[in-house]
Amino acid sequence: MTVKDILKALDATVSSGSEHLDQEITSAFASDMMSEVLAYSKGQSVLVTGLCNPQVIRTAEMLDITCIVLIRGKEANEEMIRLAEERNLVILETKYIMFSACGILYGLGLEGGTT
Amino acid sequence: MSEQTGTSGVELKYMVSPDDFTRAGEASSKVKNILKQMGISPDVIRKVSIAMYEGEINMVIHAHGGDITVTITPEEIRMVLRDDGPGIPDVEKAMKAGYSTAPEQVRALGFGAGMGLPNMQNYTDEMKVETEIGVGTTITMSVHIEG
Repeated sequence: MTVKDILKALDATVSSGSEHLDQEITSAFASDMMSEVLAYSKGQSVLVTGLCNPQVIRTAEMLDITCIVLIRGKEANEEMIRLAEERNLVILETKYIMFSACGILYGLGLEGGTT
Repeated sequence: MSEQTGTSGVELKYMVSPDDFTRAGEASSKVKNILKQMGISPDVIRKVSIAMYEGEINMVIHAHGGDITVTITPEEIRMVLRDDGPGIPDVEKAMKAGYSTAPEQVRALGFGAGMGLPNMQNYTDEMKVETEIGVGTTITMSVHIEG
């Protein structure tokens, strides 16, 4: 599956990295707490989160996460978009709540994991 | 920031700005890029990035900034995070996953889940915490380079 498939499935919009939508995605992590993402992510390439500040981009960068999905209608601010563009990261925005977004992505075949 | 190459390896120094949450992580980002350019293995880079980023966030949240020195040798990557903050009253407690003294506003920013120090320990091969109440904290961490 590619980022483009996620974009369509979540009825999302792109706020950064529109030139990187063809990259392959196999797994995702979801949390509003970045410390938890740092503790438990194991190479997942998508981060689903309702947290909306520059540290989301920093956390993704440290973990080589390439696509961030902002849920619950959150919109990336200028600083986030600047940081993401510099790092070739994709930011998608969707109105789905976390449960729904994760359910849809899981249904499409994205893997998660355990701690 | 400064960079020096000597017989003991490459030394990088960074200031961590106090109370500027937006910029927290800048030093870790720079170090990550330098390690990539040096051809360090992705596994080592990941450990260093996570440990240093958590440390940098802590310095902004708890200690009004400080400085970080990273030394890269063929054997290891050593990070020394020094601050003049309030110190850690109970290091043993602070090392426990889930224990946090961070205020609610920090939690709202996505941190303060009590995972910072445990994460730093989990992702490094050695970690030493030196702290004195009212004086500051110095955390020394190193990640070994295999092979």
